[in-house]
Amino acid sequence: MGNSIFVRNRSVPIFIGVLALVALAVTFLSPAYGTGAVSVSFTKILGMTLCLCLAALAMDLVWGYCGILSLGHFAFFGLGGYMIGMWLMTARTEAVIRANLAESPIPPTEGEVSQATALQIFSVVGAEDWPWMWAVSDSLILSLLLVMLVPGLLALVFGWLAFRSRVTGVYLSILTQAMTLALSLYLFQNDTGLRGNNGLSGLQNIPGADAIGQERLSVWFFWASALALGLGYVGAAWLVSGKFGSIVRGIRDDELRVRFLGYPVEVYKLVVFTVSAMICGVAGALYYPQAGIINPDEIAPIASIYLAVWVAIGGRGRLYGAVIGAAAVSLLSTWFTSGRAPNVDLGFYEINWIDWWPVLLGLGFVLVTLFAPRGLAGLFDYLVRKEDT
Amino acid sequence: MSTLLEVQGVSVTFDGFKAINNLSFTIGLPELRAVIGPNGAGKTTFMDIVTGKTRPDAGTVRWGEMGHSLLSMSEARIAREGIGRKFQRPTVFEDQTVRENLRVSLKKPRGPFSAMFDRVTPEDTARIEEIAAEIGLSDHLNRKAGILSHGQKQWLEIGMLLAQDPRLLLVDEPAAGMTTEERNHTADLLKRLAKNHAVVVVEHDMEFVRRLDCRVTVLHEGSVLAEGSLEHVMGDERVIEVYLGR
Amino acid sequence: MIRIALAALAGVFLSLTAPLPTHAQQTDGPDLQSILQDNSELVANASRRTVQEVLDILVDSRLPEVPAFLTAWQARALYQRESDGLFVYVEDPDADALTLIDITSGEGLGTATSREVRQLRPNRGVQSVIGATLVGFQLASDDPAVRLGALDAIEDDPEERHLAALEDLVATETDPDVLERAELLLPALVIAFSDDDAPRVEAIRSLAGNISLTARRTLNPLLTTRTEFAETLPENANIARELSPGSDLLSVADAYDMLVADGLAPALIPRSDQVATLAANIVDGEVGGVPVATLNTESARDRAYAALVEAGIAPPAPTEADIAQSLGRFVFFEVYNERSAAVTSTARETLDGIETRVGFYRFLDLSLDGISLASIYFLAAIGLAITFGVMGVINMAHGEFIMIGAYTGYLVQTLVPNETASLAIAIPLAFIVTFMAGVAMERLVIRWLYHRPLETLLATFGISIALQQIVRLIFGALTQPLTPPDWMAGSVALNDVVSISSIRVAIFILAVLFFFALWLILNRTRLGLEVRAVTQNPAMAASMGINPDRINMLTFGLGSGIAGIAGVAIGLFAQVVPDMGSNYIVQSFMTVVVGGVGNIFGTLVGASIIGAFQKFVEWLNPTNTLAAQTYMIIFVILFIQFRPRGIIALRGRAAGD
Repeated sequence: MGNSIFVRNRSVPIFIGVLALVALAVTFLSPAYGTGAVSVSFTKILGMTLCLCLAALAMDLVWGYCGILSLGHFAFFGLGGYMIGMWLMTARTEAVIRANLAESPIPPTEGEVSQATALQIFSVVGAEDWPWMWAVSDSLILSLLLVMLVPGLLALVFGWLAFRSRVTGVYLSILTQAMTLALSLYLFQNDTGLRGNNGLSGLQNIPGADAIGQERLSVWFFWASALALGLGYVGAAWLVSGKFGSIVRGIRDDELRVRFLGYPVEVYKLVVFTVSAMICGVAGALYYPQAGIINPDEIAPIASIYLAVWVAIGGRGRLYGAVIGAAAVSLLSTWFTSGRAPNVDLGFYEINWIDWWPVLLGLGFVLVTLFAPRGLAGLFDYLVRKEDT
Repeated sequence: MSTLLEVQGVSVTFDGFKAINNLSFTIGLPELRAVIGPNGAGKTTFMDIVTGKTRPDAGTVRWGEMGHSLLSMSEARIAREGIGRKFQRPTVFEDQTVRENLRVSLKKPRGPFSAMFDRVTPEDTARIEEIAAEIGLSDHLNRKAGILSHGQKQWLEIGMLLAQDPRLLLVDEPAAGMTTEERNHTADLLKRLAKNHAVVVVEHDMEFVRRLDCRVTVLHEGSVLAEGSLEHVMGDERVIEVYLGR
Repeated sequence: MIRIALAALAGVFLSLTAPLPTHAQQTDGPDLQSILQDNSELVANASRRTVQEVLDILVDSRLPEVPAFLTAWQARALYQRESDGLFVYVEDPDADALTLIDITSGEGLGTATSREVRQLRPNRGVQSVIGATLVGFQLASDDPAVRLGALDAIEDDPEERHLAALEDLVATETDPDVLERAELLLPALVIAFSDDDAPRVEAIRSLAGNISLTARRTLNPLLTTRTEFAETLPENANIARELSPGSDLLSVADAYDMLVADGLAPALIPRSDQVATLAANIVDGEVGGVPVATLNTESARDRAYAALVEAGIAPPAPTEADIAQSLGRFVFFEVYNERSAAVTSTARETLDGIETRVGFYRFLDLSLDGISLASIYFLAAIGLAITFGVMGVINMAHGEFIMIGAYTGYLVQTLVPNETASLAIAIPLAFIVTFMAGVAMERLVIRWLYHRPLETLLATFGISIALQQIVRLIFGALTQPLTPPDWMAGSVALNDVVSISSIRVAIFILAVLFFFALWLILNRTRLGLEVRAVTQNPAMAASMGINPDRINMLTFGLGSGIAGIAGVAIGLFAQVVPDMGSNYIVQSFMTVVVGGVGNIFGTLVGASIIGAFQKFVEWLNPTNTLAAQTYMIIFVILFIQFRPRGIIALRGRAAGD
């Protein structure tokens, strides 16, 4: 099956090839394994960008292929981050507590360690007990499972409710936006168990990996992100290439027709939505250990809208478009907002890009939607088609 | 000939407007039936009710030998029960090739996981090519449906209907936008299909209906005005009144 | 400085009381100075027990200058000349040479050094007795404001001696405000100071149904309790209820601590102390025969500690069974601080009645809050109801139009300082500014996207972030003040429980005006007719001579302009910041969706439902407005299940698919 998808969809081998080249290049330029031309922090930015690309890929599945414009996909991304973040924080804090208690004359009981860990983690929100949702935070395996299960379950429940009552189009978009707003407001509360607006922090300190150091870890996470993106791309390409893809695109273009062909449209939407949410969860779980901190702001509606915009700019309904859009816009954002872009002196006014980038970006969305509705990848298509004829 | 679909006493109202008023309609298997009527007679709404798109306010719709009610079923379920529909305006997946359009329509399990792992078998390919030959699109199999002519889209949609292999076919204005030759071909195809299917054809073109040479049901203001052979209904006083006006 | 102020205060008092006819000077009696000289010792060395005697004489004298004299005395502004014992006031106590003033005439009596006069410094007890007498004078004042002031003083610091004066006042008072206050205060004093239960019970009853804070403050202290324990339940105590240790009201630990405090049970030894004892007794890597390395379980520690107890090294720690046994010997109960059962039970009954009424008024207050919140949602959403509801255009920059409206209000206020005038200018100006912004946006962007609603969403989102950032670049990211006029500053209070700020009333009125104005525009004007025609069938409308382009432009401008006015209103109570719009956009969309797209009445209903629901959740969980918003959104998501087209749904084929 893997072979067939490489043959059926020309973009797959090209994409994997490019991704592998980028991964090699980053490795040979990294401080840990190469020349050091690329700093640790920039390696992390590149790794995080790959995660955002994976989320954009998931977004393209629901929007570009199934026609569901979800404005709440960062909820799944954030949940993935929270799920792995709980394990990272618990394991890391527990290790520190154990090291501290090792000094005491009487060895600590498990209960004491657990209590001290909880106090350390939750005193910032005035609590000292483990909230129920941290029940499996001491198990890496279970936490990894939750990374996919929790976003998947939320998508399943939400999608079932929404698709069953045939909420479509902009209504559905608004509802998904409401979903992510509700989740972020919920997480902002101090007493809901995930440390309120403090979020989870220190996630870059991987338990038991102190000896490895951030230099090497950053490259490892970059590899993991690249691997996840590659697998995600192949999986998504496989999903949309066959009959399933035909039906899903049919739903996007003419939902009623698909229904009258006898296909349970709601179930198909639910499958795509849930799979996409799970991919987002994985992307988030890889992103936040590189970012180091997650808080409810990450889930705010605006983040999800950005995700949709990346896909729109890249060109939806073609997987590489989403990846190009996410990579291009987020890297440009980093470049402009980090102060690396040179200011433009107009004589009477100096354009400072840190200030003017959001304006440029906003107007960019407008121009892309008006003049390049198929996005950057659409331009690419245009060139390819010229060659064919 | 056994009864396949029995619609009894069905009414539906939109904002006070009675689109269908105590309509009763029966069709057996196999049978070919033409439904005619002036604009607003309720022809499309009748199809909407049978296919589950519109829920009637009153009445029953029974299906098959067991007489199951269709009213509680979803559109997709009704389609799986064996009712296929061709819309008035051709609706095909324009962004996909003719082959993909036909493949999606083929009678196979409809679940998402079956679709994911579906492989095109030699039989599938043979069936797709057979249908393509029937609808004259053999040369266009790998073209996007969006670039077909209006008539070709009509054909493709009929082809998709064939691929579904339903027991009852509801065909809304199949001949619109076709040349005379194509119309004749369509009429022949429908007549052939009616040998082992139930086929309901809604049509405005009397020539086409005449060529179908079947029982005709005349709808007016949401109920059946007359039923019988074309000659019989065209001789009916009330039908003449409705068509020619007072 | 303080002394000057007090002297001035005495002066004011003099001027207040001097012309009163009831205190007309009786020329035949002895003057103030001679009365004081007669009781010189009592005045100069007043004590709490003896001062009443001289006060009675002063009151009986009915001299007009007595209140001023008492005020000065109480404020330690009275002096006695050492040479002749004359009582005087001093003009400036901090001056080197003190100017002496006659206490009756206010005339100067020459100067003296601070050594030649003695300041009288009545102690706190004497001050309070003088104060009580003064209150009596004030209660008898002809000025209702002074009488109210006296009642305030009594409420702050009630004294038994006020009781009679208050009773007199209630019997004779004619001013309704003063009477109301007095009637409320009297029971409080009766309850506090009466020796007899019957009048106290009567006083409590008289407060029935009174929801004022004073009434509740009077009753609540009667029902305070303390927790006690005894071997058997005491017969004569006014017991509120029995407590069992381990219940929600009394934990085992607290109950046991009470016993320990009275020395009736051995103290618990906290785990940390036990562990410290273990740590102190490590011998050759073992504690009590248990290897240290294995002491990482509770049971191992118990064994080790038991071994230490056995060896007599550590005190025994009470076990669970010991604790239970100790507690079993006693009953625990709550006893009222008030000894009379009749009083407490009547107070409980009366307070319950009051609480019920308060609950009702709280609900009313909450309903008003809900209506006010609904008005805000309505204002924020109504523009959207037109652009999204009527035209089907998703405008993510709607929130930014609200923001632009608020900034327009702020700018006008910087130019026109008068708040009312600036508001009158800002409202139409905000409409014009956002109307034009809306028209520009429709012309440049939206009209190219009418058939691609999802892309409209993205394009308008782009405009939204660009506008936010531009405003941030111009005005900065900080909050700008948009001050409401003074007449909006206060609040309208029905009673102690129900009140609503004037600004919210104004917003409610504005929302109602908007509703009717828009209803009229859409249903009773040519424009409205054309708008509805274009929304329902643009082709048909065009063929009838309506220009759909023009109508779309005007409709979008109207929706945006209304958002601008809403922005001025919202800016009056919310913070004016560049990203304020994003606080309203999601709520506004939900309001429109819940209400049902395509009509203004639906938006009104949607706003009411969301406002009411949110306030209801806040009522269940008052500390947490975030939770209320979370549940509100979940409610909307579930609501859509049952009414996918909203409350006021268009039916039939016209509604479209």
